[in-house]
Amino acid sequence: MHPTATPTPTSRANVIPHGPAPATPSADAERLTGAQTVVRTLEELGVEIVFGIPGGAVLPLYDPLLDSTKVRHILVRHEQGAGHAATGYAQATGRVGVCVATSGPGATNLVTPIADAHMDSVPMVIITGQVGRSLLGSDGFQEADTCGITMPVTKHNFLVTDPDEIAATIAAAFHLASTGRPGPVLVDIPKDVFQAETTWRWPVQLPLPGYRPTTRPHAGQIATAAAAIVAARRPVLYVGGGVIKSEAHAELKQLAEMTGIPVVTTLMGRGAFPDSHEQHLGMPGMHGTVAAVGALQKSDLIIALGARFDDRVTGQLSSFAPNAAVIHADIDPAEISKNRLADVPIVGDVREVISELITAIAAEQAAGAVSDLTAWWAELDHLRETFPLGYDWPADGTLAPQYVISRIGAIAGPDTVYLAGVGQHQMWAAQFIAYEHPRTWINSGGLGTMGFAVPAAMGAKAGRPDTCVWAIDGDGCFQMTNQELATCAIEGIPVKIAVINNGNLGMVRQWQTLFYGERYSATDLGTHKFRIPDFVMLAEALGCKGLRCESKEDVDRVIEEAMATNDRPVVVDFIVGKDAQVWPMVAAGTGNDEIMAARGIRPLFDEE
Amino acid sequence: MTRHTLSVLVENKPGVLARVSSLFSRRGFNIHSLAVGPTESPTVSRMTIVVTVEDSEMEQVTKQLNKLVNVLKIVELDPDASVQRELLLIKLKSDLTSRSQVATIVEMFRARIVDVTPDSLTVQAVGTSDKLEALTRMLEPFGVRELVQSGLVALGRGPRSITSTSRGSD
Repeated sequence: MHPTATPTPTSRANVIPHGPAPATPSADAERLTGAQTVVRTLEELGVEIVFGIPGGAVLPLYDPLLDSTKVRHILVRHEQGAGHAATGYAQATGRVGVCVATSGPGATNLVTPIADAHMDSVPMVIITGQVGRSLLGSDGFQEADTCGITMPVTKHNFLVTDPDEIAATIAAAFHLASTGRPGPVLVDIPKDVFQAETTWRWPVQLPLPGYRPTTRPHAGQIATAAAAIVAARRPVLYVGGGVIKSEAHAELKQLAEMTGIPVVTTLMGRGAFPDSHEQHLGMPGMHGTVAAVGALQKSDLIIALGARFDDRVTGQLSSFAPNAAVIHADIDPAEISKNRLADVPIVGDVREVISELITAIAAEQAAGAVSDLTAWWAELDHLRETFPLGYDWPADGTLAPQYVISRIGAIAGPDTVYLAGVGQHQMWAAQFIAYEHPRTWINSGGLGTMGFAVPAAMGAKAGRPDTCVWAIDGDGCFQMTNQELATCAIEGIPVKIAVINNGNLGMVRQWQTLFYGERYSATDLGTHKFRIPDFVMLAEALGCKGLRCESKEDVDRVIEEAMATNDRPVVVDFIVGKDAQVWPMVAAGTGNDEIMAARGIRPLFDEE
Repeated sequence: MTRHTLSVLVENKPGVLARVSSLFSRRGFNIHSLAVGPTESPTVSRMTIVVTVEDSEMEQVTKQLNKLVNVLKIVELDPDASVQRELLLIKLKSDLTSRSQVATIVEMFRARIVDVTPDSLTVQAVGTSDKLEALTRMLEPFGVRELVQSGLVALGRGPRSITSTSRGSD
């Protein structure tokens, strides 16, 4: 049997709706063009927003799109913006993000956001126009081998050469994007396939005989894991983005509280467990807290839930958590034992895994197996109290970027959705804003895509119009994609952007300070020296309100003013010191034991 | 590093070979040989892939292959429990005097002469890599004009079939 399904993008990512076999289409079947079929299929799948830009090969699709009352098209200014907007939408709502572009340069401009979505397992469907079938492979105008180019950065892709296959292919794309380990799926459609006539058939049978993700965990592995968890003396719950994707935060909280085990949340997992919870040690990794990094290093059992032992978390792999056994639960079997050998591998939807672990552990506990974590907690509390996250005010009297970001978090509160670009401001936003709920922190974790914040914020706000959306951006990132603010202004998407303007490519500069003898090669952007561009004027030119803040006294007032502006997007140019650095830090290529709480201070190393 | 033989059932669709080969190159898995062909089912193709990897890497190879949507089934074939064959065609310089010597060697290896001209002949041989290597070594002194060898294909011994239970066959 082939899987039969009408995927509902509004449903939770890992639920696979297996419907009954489709009815045979009625005799008076409707005739539609390929393009009309695409729009109709998107409507049937419950798509409410697509981000895109038209062009030659995709023109036939835009014609019926004009008539759709269900699908709203948001005209972006660059295809990259459409892609990141789809990601922001998907990460904020849990639904599939959709973007559209034309052939050739339209499709190649989407490669960065597609790769970004692939690294962060974002459910996304990309529809690209392609040159007509007779021109395929002839180097025709605006022809690019879109499927070939995107093959390594998509979960799967399709070139549709038969108009009769459009509906089933798009439905399959949504099913693939939203189930199992989510990811981007591209559907490339030649212009003459859009134009050809076909018969409308719905529901469809999904042509996916080789796709069957495992969602139910193996009972034996659950039992083994539960026994190991209650026996561990120094366990840690290592929580990644998969917990947010499978909506497992409530189950996670229950698991943590019933066992008393400390929790660390990765850059992609921030928000899966409340920052205010006393069992939360913060973020592990290169810029994680000393307590979170120390907990993993000194652990005897790591319980990895929807996390993938990324090099930014493990540091030098050979010296990562040397005494820990590993329970690794993930929906993607290939992640298990890829970087760190798992002693107890569990393939499955992490929500189902945690639910079954809860049952199994409750049984162990009822039988008297309760582990005493007092000594472990004493050690961790000592680390947490001795090395809390903190920062110094710059000696030159300039504004501390960490202060600005923590004030935004405090004033906008835990119900706001926060986004970030990539660099120092991203790390500070991950560190100094307290996340209480899933889907309130959206960033480019795996690919590290500068320029992510503005378009992703647009997508997040479009998907959750009643939620306050703040993008924390850098002056480098902001100059890569700020043109989407024009889209936001025109389409009524009032996002708030904090440009943490230190005049430099800050993270690169920090590395130059630490590892390249303070030789600042190509990191000064001139945004301080020349005030080019003037971000306030730029914001106004893009139809936004532009504000500037240069002193500590003004920070709260300016944030309040931005909070009170909801009729258009707001950009705040926060002029901050250029010498602020992100700490703690595990230098690239070194082991996590070498973590420096601040420059020259190595807490884990020094104590032993 | 160990040599492993994988039988991979895939959907018979355009681009599947590219997906498999790009996966191997991107992940840095070393392909020794790859052969693709039809199966008893028109919707399914069968790839026989010989990879040379560390044993610890083998798990990643199959897991990554399994993630490809067009891959239906993967079976690793144990060399002792399967029939593994390659095809060799070798064109030799050969005249009246050497022809019978070649014929003797060909006979010993249960190979065949499939083309002959006054100053050349072409030998066809089927067998394991080791056998074909031995044959080639014996024929080399006569002067090799041209040589071509197929990738390895293999089937498990015994009555069981890996295709009968595949997801694509029903």
